[in-house]
Amino acid sequence: MLMRGNEAFAEGVLRAGCRYTFAYPITPQSEIVHFLARRLPEAGGVFLQVESEVAAVNMVFGAAAAGARAMTSSSSPGISLMQEGISYLVGARLPCVIINVMRGGPGLGNIAPSQGDYLQAVKGGGHGDYRLIVLAPSSVPEIIELMELAFELADTYRNPVLVLGDGVLGQMMEPVAVHEEKPVILPEKPWAVTGQGDRPERNIISSLHIVPEDNERFNRELERVQKEIRRREQRAEEYRLDDADLILVAFGTVARVAKAVVDRARAEGLRVGLIRPVTLWPFPDDAVSRAAARVDGFLVVEMNLGQMVEDVRLAVNGRKPVHFYGRPGGTVPTVREVWNEVKRIKEVTGDKEDLRAAAGTNG
Amino acid sequence: MKKIFERPQALTDKPLHYCPGCTHGIIHRLVAQAIDQLGVRTRTIGVCPVGCAVFAYEYFNCDMVQAAHGRAAAVATGVKRVHPDRVVFTYQGDGDLAAIGMAETIHAAARGEKFTTIFVNNAIYGMTGGQMAPTTLVGQKTTTTPFGRDVENTGMPIKVSELLSTIDRAVYIARVSVHNPRHVIQAGRAIRKAFEFQLRGLGFTMVEVLSTCPTNWGLSPLEALTWLEEHMLPVYPLGEFRKPAEEEAV
Repeated sequence: MLMRGNEAFAEGVLRAGCRYTFAYPITPQSEIVHFLARRLPEAGGVFLQVESEVAAVNMVFGAAAAGARAMTSSSSPGISLMQEGISYLVGARLPCVIINVMRGGPGLGNIAPSQGDYLQAVKGGGHGDYRLIVLAPSSVPEIIELMELAFELADTYRNPVLVLGDGVLGQMMEPVAVHEEKPVILPEKPWAVTGQGDRPERNIISSLHIVPEDNERFNRELERVQKEIRRREQRAEEYRLDDADLILVAFGTVARVAKAVVDRARAEGLRVGLIRPVTLWPFPDDAVSRAAARVDGFLVVEMNLGQMVEDVRLAVNGRKPVHFYGRPGGTVPTVREVWNEVKRIKEVTGDKEDLRAAAGTNG
Repeated sequence: MKKIFERPQALTDKPLHYCPGCTHGIIHRLVAQAIDQLGVRTRTIGVCPVGCAVFAYEYFNCDMVQAAHGRAAAVATGVKRVHPDRVVFTYQGDGDLAAIGMAETIHAAARGEKFTTIFVNNAIYGMTGGQMAPTTLVGQKTTTTPFGRDVENTGMPIKVSELLSTIDRAVYIARVSVHNPRHVIQAGRAIRKAFEFQLRGLGFTMVEVLSTCPTNWGLSPLEALTWLEEHMLPVYPLGEFRKPAEEEAV
């Protein structure tokens, strides 16, 4: 069936067995909450439109503490308001899913598609030493798939998961093969507050560790979990990499543009490939690092002024040139623009020294 | 020998960290007593604030959640929506509830969320060092109003009970005090009523409890009780501002 991206986000919420949504309206993610407002009550769940994003994320905190799968959905300025709650969710080790259908910023910006929140998503945004698991779908069918994965990862690691989309992804319609909805077996959460009942000990959900050594111990535990996530959960799509000497790196909407550029380059006999990070945190360091051993260089394409390019450079670790092309503020790079950039890089890749010089001026 | 007085089951035996003369201890006991009397300890979930009562989860002997500053009402909403058959309460101070958490409180009341808020009003910020609260009295000296609260600069104290009593889905709003034994007993009754109305699923319930802060008021515990009576009661009159109709209440 033909489905809109934003509806796919909501469909994924339902399919993952999540029945609690707390949200405050903001464009361009509105269809997500419209869909859930209609569908959650008939599925025996709760949809609540609340007074602010601050309240929404804290209701998610309460519902997650109570042992339920809970989520909220917003867009860039709303996500900024949620940062306090997100830090507390991590501090209390509470699983939940947050959708950010990004728009152009900073400030009120516009409602056009952007990837300007990459750094906020993957490096923190709230206070403290934490990471979110960040997933970035680039098609409507993949949205549903990754929403289901998002809830699983959240529960497995007791960590909030952020799913990043943008206005294009939210509004585009694509065919989706909708498989039969399977009953979801929700994991046991013996740590949740449910009323003590017959439990021998009462449960306490708190992010407070007033003694520095205790807080260090807690942060070390977070570190251990983060390392495990880094080791086990890196995901990336690798496209036409086999003999590529230039690799494009792009995620989400702009990865579709990059893919078209790869096909065009191949048609013209240029050996170009694409790595599309699916997990933005953990960043697919291994895939990029492996590629760095055998290619001449990378071109990172983003809908911002250069945010993910920092992570690509870390993974490449100076071994190869890393170029960047980006359009900020709610503009989407065109195939022609990226293609011109590829040609510009390719013209100088005959000579490795030239390539390094090019990276120096452009990268 | 017949035992006539004991620690409520809904309190742990952890020694309280509160300053000498602070009435948080009395209010904790009243809440625990109400939970005991209703026999709901094992199906109660409490939400504690940021501020002096941040460690309430160490003292209340039931499942507890520690919320971000001012967000207890939002957290309680999430908890109660997942577990509508449990007893849920928040325990909040005046900075937490009446400043940073005012929006969450008003909207929880407006939605008629079926939990109980215990609002401890001592007219000052305790934990952070005696700064002005929204409830600080006109002329009251605090570390941020060193010459006394000036209406032209910082406005008037907020009367939370009166404010919330305008909201239709708030079914029980009462202001009580704990400055002498008679009022402690009345406060206990009000708190118990609030929990009872919650158990009947009637709507939002809040009990505002006038409390002392000898440390930040710069008074002895006894002087503080007198100060509450002489200065706070005229500004914050006691009473039941909102209660269910007779037939609902029984």
